[in-house]
Amino acid sequence: MRLPVEYLWLIPALPLAAAGVGSLTPRGGRALAADVAIAAMAGAFVLACLALTSALADPAAHQVANFAWFDLGGGALRLGWLLDPLTAFMAVMVTFVGLLIFIFSLGYMKEDPNFTRFFCFLSLFAAAMLGLIVANSLLLLFVCWELVGLASYLLIGFWFHKPSAAAAAKKAFITTRIGDLGLLLGMLWLYDASGSLLFYDGGAGVLEAPVLSTLAGQTLAGGLALSTAIGLLIFCGAIGKSGQFPLHVWLPDAMEGPTPVSALIHAATMVAAGVFLIARVYPLMSADLPLDVPMHALTVVAFVGAITALMGALIAVAQNDIKRVLAYSTVSQLGYMMLALGVGSWTAAIFHLLTHAFFKALLFLGAGSVIHAAHHEQDIRNLGGLAPRMKVTFATFAIGMMALAGVPFLFSGFWSKEAILHAAHGWDVSQVPFYVGLAAVVLTAFYMTRLVAETFLGRPRSDAAAHAHESPAVMTVPLGLLAAGAVVLGFLGTPACPWLQSRLAGTPLHSDLGHLFEGGGLMLLSIVLVGAGLGLGWWLYGRRLRAASTDRDPLAVAAPRTLGVLAGKFYLDELYAATVGRLNAALAWCADRLDRHVIGGAVEFLGKFGLFSGALNRELDEDAINAGFDRVNAGLRGSGIRYSRAQTGEPQGYLRVLAVAFVVLALLLIVGGVR
Amino acid sequence: MNLLPLTIHLSFAGAFLALVAGSRSAAAARWIALLSALAGWGVTLWAAVHFDPGAGYASLLNLPWIESLGIRFHLAADGISLTLVVLTGLAAVAGILFSWNVQEDTGAFFALYLALIGGVYGVFLSADAFLFFVFYEIAIVPKYFLIARWGSTNREYGAMKLALYSFAGSGMVLAGLLWVYGAAGGTGFGFGELALAATRLTHHEQLIIFALLFVGFAILAGLFPFHTWAPTGHVAAPTAASMLLAGVVMKLGAYGCLRVAMPLVPAGLTYFQPAIAWLAVIGIVYAGLVALVQEDFKFVIGYSSVSHMGFVLLGLAAGTPQAAAGAVLQMFSHGVIAGLLFAVVGRMVYERTHTRRLDELRRLPLHRLMPFTAVVFVVAGLASMGMPGFSGFPAELSILIGTWPVSKLWTLGAALGVLVAAAFTLRVIQVVFFSRTDDAVTVADHPLPPLTWPERIGAGLLLAATVVVGLNPALLLNWIIPGLTSPGLQAIWTGGTP
Repeated sequence: MRLPVEYLWLIPALPLAAAGVGSLTPRGGRALAADVAIAAMAGAFVLACLALTSALADPAAHQVANFAWFDLGGGALRLGWLLDPLTAFMAVMVTFVGLLIFIFSLGYMKEDPNFTRFFCFLSLFAAAMLGLIVANSLLLLFVCWELVGLASYLLIGFWFHKPSAAAAAKKAFITTRIGDLGLLLGMLWLYDASGSLLFYDGGAGVLEAPVLSTLAGQTLAGGLALSTAIGLLIFCGAIGKSGQFPLHVWLPDAMEGPTPVSALIHAATMVAAGVFLIARVYPLMSADLPLDVPMHALTVVAFVGAITALMGALIAVAQNDIKRVLAYSTVSQLGYMMLALGVGSWTAAIFHLLTHAFFKALLFLGAGSVIHAAHHEQDIRNLGGLAPRMKVTFATFAIGMMALAGVPFLFSGFWSKEAILHAAHGWDVSQVPFYVGLAAVVLTAFYMTRLVAETFLGRPRSDAAAHAHESPAVMTVPLGLLAAGAVVLGFLGTPACPWLQSRLAGTPLHSDLGHLFEGGGLMLLSIVLVGAGLGLGWWLYGRRLRAASTDRDPLAVAAPRTLGVLAGKFYLDELYAATVGRLNAALAWCADRLDRHVIGGAVEFLGKFGLFSGALNRELDEDAINAGFDRVNAGLRGSGIRYSRAQTGEPQGYLRVLAVAFVVLALLLIVGGVR
Repeated sequence: MNLLPLTIHLSFAGAFLALVAGSRSAAAARWIALLSALAGWGVTLWAAVHFDPGAGYASLLNLPWIESLGIRFHLAADGISLTLVVLTGLAAVAGILFSWNVQEDTGAFFALYLALIGGVYGVFLSADAFLFFVFYEIAIVPKYFLIARWGSTNREYGAMKLALYSFAGSGMVLAGLLWVYGAAGGTGFGFGELALAATRLTHHEQLIIFALLFVGFAILAGLFPFHTWAPTGHVAAPTAASMLLAGVVMKLGAYGCLRVAMPLVPAGLTYFQPAIAWLAVIGIVYAGLVALVQEDFKFVIGYSSVSHMGFVLLGLAAGTPQAAAGAVLQMFSHGVIAGLLFAVVGRMVYERTHTRRLDELRRLPLHRLMPFTAVVFVVAGLASMGMPGFSGFPAELSILIGTWPVSKLWTLGAALGVLVAAAFTLRVIQVVFFSRTDDAVTVADHPLPPLTWPERIGAGLLLAATVVVGLNPALLLNWIIPGLTSPGLQAIWTGGTP
């Protein structure tokens, strides 16, 4: 069975309907809300699988179904659905991981009074995310992009009784919207330049050759190609959404949301949307440019990705909150994916995106299981000794950790990371991203070893940890399934049989077992580096386990200042607060004062001026023009009274002069030639 | 279509009846007001169903009025007028639902209210500049009394400031109109006649006339730096009046710019375009920034109105049909959303908590005391910050699409305004509704009157309107675009050169 592209909208529509049902379900209808949400997600998963079979029938094709949204006179704004292997793989991943996280939430959110609202928001998120994936129009993608941001806002702030959660939600929304501003402008420019926002439209879409060659052929001031400028603006959106430097600051704070939310939105799916976006518009990003063009959009992508990968990994080393370690690890891994996009291998980026979705969701749910068992204790210094108490959680967490660290051969992260390093090594612009990638390999293995050792090994360092016991099956079964995925998925894209990459790119598959160790030297190098990271982590944290939560971190003993900078996250939050935050507050303050005093003051002045001239008029009328003999008698006294009457503010007086003043002002503007 | 003049008659008849009945029974006045507003809205919807976009600017009624001066009682409508009268009908009904609890002089209140609505209908339907001006004035006067008599904070000051600004604008408009009328030889006030006469004036005179007309009208649309009447007026006004003020009265100014100033002197737009557009962009960002630091809930919404009206003015100033279509759509959208926001602030919150100060509201657990209100405000806030799915998104998107080819800088400025809008909206949502979250305060500690059915229905109507138009903007754009490209307005887009 296959799913024709005309019915692709059903995939996001199912969770959307579930969100609708959930919003109307009263608080008491817990089972109903959860059942509907999970059933809808399961249905969406089945449909996504059907869509995958349709897409794989002809992987090189882009099947589309377009329709007009509204007409602005100069041509309709059109939206549409797109089915190709990229869409289909993403949809399968999102629905499958989403389904498992929904099920996990049954256990994790069991005690929460707002259980039905939680499932309503989760379904809303899933609908928007799936809409983003099936969109065949940058506009529709942008619409869904904003809606996932909204769902993310609602879910980060789900426990809004914590002020930190409310603040984090706002920060996430505003920070990502700064990036979205770029995406919006890129979209406007693209529409202006090409007259369409459809990706594929039988030759007229913006990702198809005729439009691309026009865009790449136009150069702007500074020698930038138009396609590069638009690509960079679109990339701004990806920077915001995917937590890339310098807009990554919202992502770790987003951990204030419930852990299933962190797993679904801030690890597996939404934050990867930026990577997906760049992969989607890859033909635009990589359009052939004339030779003399100075900069290529992808070069920027590669370096931003490299900086992010390294910075995220460095900060992760010094975090003590189990979720924050994972959050910075996500930042770092997203940087890896961007790096892969930048150096020219979008298929490697998507491969890593898919494997990362599984093992990072697994790690987050594992962390959730720990937090759930340890009564919301998230500080790894206060955990410890959980391995014997939570065997399934420990085993699956360890699998996730090895996949993330890139332990060779058996784990998916190894193969996808290898693909990225291979691509970075072959990049002809610069080797810097490659070396950065290698450094991040060591760091990743290191901080993950630290995380596992501190959390699971040794003796419990708090009552909460001592009394922890394994989570119920509704939580551990999803862990097991994700762990299976974290292993198996790697075999879809090994160098011997790069099935996933060839399906994504729509090229024929060449499988040859001899290629398994292709680039053997490189593979050996990265294995050695992983070993070094693991070993170093073990040496510092595993060999002599922390005995009490107050013990100093071995790194803090060895290099206190370095660790201080890392623990302070390079002080970027403080920097932004001192610059952008201050500037914004100052501007707002100035605008307010200007409104109250300068503009308000000018109006007051005009009013006073009105009173004054009203009095003057009266004098002229009555005292000068009607100068009668009685004036001689009562003049002084009378005018005194009249003055005081004028002060009561008769509207006519105001009015006449205001009108005159405005006319004079307008005349001045015209004569002065306002330009 | 040609039933549309009935909206004017229904409103004034309703006003008269409400005044008469109000002296005996407040309930009767209420129901008369509601029924006549519903009837008016019904007429507009009926007209919308039978609307023929190809008919152009279609005459509805054309009678001689003051024959010696060539003034005619000429009503006409196209898709633009239709969009705005549908909005007027909706806003009128919603405003009455949110004023269901007005106790003092109920009859007089609804009489003035309906007179204001009648004037607004009249402006949107007038095809004779003099008649247009008369209705424009009719709409302003009741507004003054509504605020001065039934208003709150600083009401005399707010009412007076608003009336003076309005009259100052009117004075400029009247001067501009008379100038052209004189140049035409005093034969008539028809829009077409005046436009023809204006072409016979010198370029310099045309520019002066354009400035008089455009600025005169734009004052009422909240053009920076003539916007300060709006926040104080909104804050002083009773809920229904601030809903109408933001919902339809500010649109009168924008409509005047589009229907009178711009087609009458197309050369003026070409000349003044940069100045107007920059003022609009400054207004968008500036008012947003001011909203960010207000400590009065209603001032936040008041300034947000100015910011959103900046989008309308930018859409008009951009001089492309796309941006202008977005501007008209934004007029509708802002009318609905601002009405809703003012209803929440003024009626649903203030009349129960008796405070609008953010530092006092944050001490109340409002999300538990009034969950429905909280949801309505969150949704209205999302709509106000341009979230897709609500009418503000296609409207602002169209304006940006239409502005981009003209100036990338204006577009960037306006897009920054969207970011600021998100910031101030999220701020008030969190401060007002979700600050006090500890369980120490229970609902029983703050007995607030429960929400009434008129409020629920009113909120539901407005929410439905913004969602329907947000999902299917073609509904309105299919009326608006033929109107914009009709012969009467064609000259705007060509800058006067045929």
